[in-house]
Amino acid sequence: MTTTETPRPAAPAVRASGVGRVFSTASGDVIALGGVELEVAAGEFVSLIGPSGCGKSTLLRLIADLDQASTGELEIFGKPAARARIDQDYGIVFQQAGLLPWRTVGDNIALPLELHKVDKAERRARVAELAELVGLTEFVESYPDQLSGGMQQRVAIARALAARPRLLLMDEPFGALDEMTREYLQSELTRIAAETGAAVVFVTHSIPEAVFLSDRVVVMSPRPGRITDVLTTGFGDVARNEALRESPAYFDRVTAVREALHGAPVERANER
Amino acid sequence: MTAARSSARRGAAALWGAVGILAVVVLWEGYKFLGPAEGVTIGAVEGETGSGVMILPRTHDRAMPHLIDMVTRLFQSTSGGDTPPLIVPVITAALTTLGIAAVGWLIGVAVGALLGALMQRWRLVEWGLLPWIVVSQTVPLIAFAPVMNSIGLQIDRDVMPWPQWLSVAVIASYLAFFPVAVGMLRGLEAPDRIHVDLMRSYAAGYWPTLLRLRLPAAVPHLLPALRLAAANAVLGAVVAEVSIGMRGGIGRMLIQLAGQASSDPAAPWGPTFGSIALGLIAAGSVALVGLGLKNYRRGEAAA
Amino acid sequence: MTTRVLASWLRIAAPIGVGVLGVAAWVLYVDVLGAAPRMLPSPTTIGVELVERWGIISNAMLITATNALIGLVIGALVAIVFAALAAAVKPIDGMLAPIVAAIAVVPIVALTPILNTMFGASSQFGRQAVAALAAFVPVFVNVLRGLRQTTPVHRDLLRASAASAAQTFRVLTLPTALPYLMTGLRIASSLAVIAALVAEYFGGPADGIGTAIATYAKSGRAALAWAFVAGGILIGLIFFLVTSLLEKLATRRPPV
Repeated sequence: MTTTETPRPAAPAVRASGVGRVFSTASGDVIALGGVELEVAAGEFVSLIGPSGCGKSTLLRLIADLDQASTGELEIFGKPAARARIDQDYGIVFQQAGLLPWRTVGDNIALPLELHKVDKAERRARVAELAELVGLTEFVESYPDQLSGGMQQRVAIARALAARPRLLLMDEPFGALDEMTREYLQSELTRIAAETGAAVVFVTHSIPEAVFLSDRVVVMSPRPGRITDVLTTGFGDVARNEALRESPAYFDRVTAVREALHGAPVERANER
Repeated sequence: MTAARSSARRGAAALWGAVGILAVVVLWEGYKFLGPAEGVTIGAVEGETGSGVMILPRTHDRAMPHLIDMVTRLFQSTSGGDTPPLIVPVITAALTTLGIAAVGWLIGVAVGALLGALMQRWRLVEWGLLPWIVVSQTVPLIAFAPVMNSIGLQIDRDVMPWPQWLSVAVIASYLAFFPVAVGMLRGLEAPDRIHVDLMRSYAAGYWPTLLRLRLPAAVPHLLPALRLAAANAVLGAVVAEVSIGMRGGIGRMLIQLAGQASSDPAAPWGPTFGSIALGLIAAGSVALVGLGLKNYRRGEAAA
Repeated sequence: MTTRVLASWLRIAAPIGVGVLGVAAWVLYVDVLGAAPRMLPSPTTIGVELVERWGIISNAMLITATNALIGLVIGALVAIVFAALAAAVKPIDGMLAPIVAAIAVVPIVALTPILNTMFGASSQFGRQAVAALAAFVPVFVNVLRGLRQTTPVHRDLLRASAASAAQTFRVLTLPTALPYLMTGLRIASSLAVIAALVAEYFGGPADGIGTAIATYAKSGRAALAWAFVAGGILIGLIFFLVTSLLEKLATRRPPV
């Protein structure tokens, strides 16, 4: 959804200061997340990585305004998260594709546009554009149950991009896919992110995935969920392709993230 | 699955169903042939008629007519002379009851859908109403049919015209609303959390979410509920007719012909077949609705 | 769609509140405004009748409840046998499936007059048979589902342990199916009561709750008719509570 007022260009895609989330349970309060300081620049690709319970998905849900922070301030493009959600400043992709089974691929991609009263001709044009972007042009009239898991996830990405958001939130989007599909979609995602120029916040528990995709990797740890380290992993102008996966620079960064996760140097021999 | 394979499977199902019905026929005629004319009674006291418990029925022609007699009776005149064949009044009466049941079904579906939607919208409404709705179905409130009729007669006299069939329809709707209310509630709550989150991420409010997500997702829950409601509405209509003595419907005809069973044993089978057909037609019509909605029943496995 | 957290005590209070409101509205309509039709007496009048005529009401209840219970037991037993057959032998499943689907949607009580003819009008058997048929369907459907619920991993495990068919049945199939049987019984209990009561409207001996309601409603004795309705409700509640309790005992966690 294009908004009428253009926000200040300087505003970062995400700015979190002192953000925390406390869940009250029967056995007392649980700090799922505490004291998060994070800034994601427009167009930047940032991964959140950490073991289960480190609050990475919670942080993503807070950014998406699917949940409210207990403490701290959260701004998306300079506005409160709720406002950003209503303005459709972000698109979101979950681990499950979450396609509506009774809608065709095209209708699924068009859903956010339909909800915001985009007229039919424009919708059709945008769907064609997005289907092409994710390489599913010939499946527009298919139903989700006729697609493989990887294809379904590509539809979900297209749907998240439908309203031309400047921020893409992804919660372990490739977590349920097999390794080969996964690597293929990672390459696809870098291409799509570059083509759309959107900032991406990407939750994952795979170190190679985080390193391959990101400009920066945010390392988190549990009990209480918090950010322990932020590593710059970008490769500059080097193309993210299969050759990169074999390069020493890539392995170095994988090791760096692994050490940050474990909090100690890791023996080289343990790699892979 | 391919259409050819599914139609082949349907063909096999129909075949087995026919075999099943044949088995019932064989059982009936076989027992009639082999069983004792006065049935099997245990614990009978000698010389005292009606004592003891009959565990197997009497087999003479007045109690168990031959199947062929039941069928031919349908095409003989209703009550001698040049009255039309029995099947004609049976069909007329069945259609009357079907019409009443349809009205009851519509009322029940409307009320049930509304209740289900309200309960899904506000948790407090669910907590307040659902226990009562469940209890209302565990108790034989249909017992209240004769009382409902008396109230209807009184409304007709004092307040506004209230035809007797309307009382029957109201009772039928009472049986029909329950599955719809529960099915609607479960169905509207069926969408995965991820779908609900997604709609929230689109800043979609209650109505768009209801229309685009919850209602379509409810279809697989609603169709069986609507079918059950149809069967219940027919049951309610037949029972209500009988218990309040309304004329013109299949229930009343059944009672009337059963009263003459000793002289005309095959006759009550006419309206009995009629009411069986009624239940099947009502449920079948809803199944037809389901065919039109089959896109909403695409594998729950997907997505 | 704000998800406000509701206090848990409301869970108990809400239905009670609705009940109190309902009775209050009833009393207001009948006793205070005096606007109700004559056939709708006040709850207190009904209560008085229920207590004063408890003798005849409980007699009628006993007859209807006995019919429902016999029907429930017979229907359930037959259903279990047939479900076991259907689970074991595919063609039997094929033969039964359409018949059960038909019984499920057909107004079974319509068979009462014919059953009365077959067994004699002075017999309660027609009513019991109708109750049994009504109880048959949910028990059959649930038991059959339960018998098919064993997971492949468990079956593989027992096969790998070289368990005999009887052992597999005892260790795996039966425990898996039991909660389903209980669920079926709970649903069937209500249907059996309703069927037994309603069957009384279709002739047979002149006793039982249904007969009494029809008689007194026709003769205009509203409060007494309602007191018998209350008796019918009582039977339904007792059946429901007992079978729900059995279900609770059999299921540590609910199926489905």
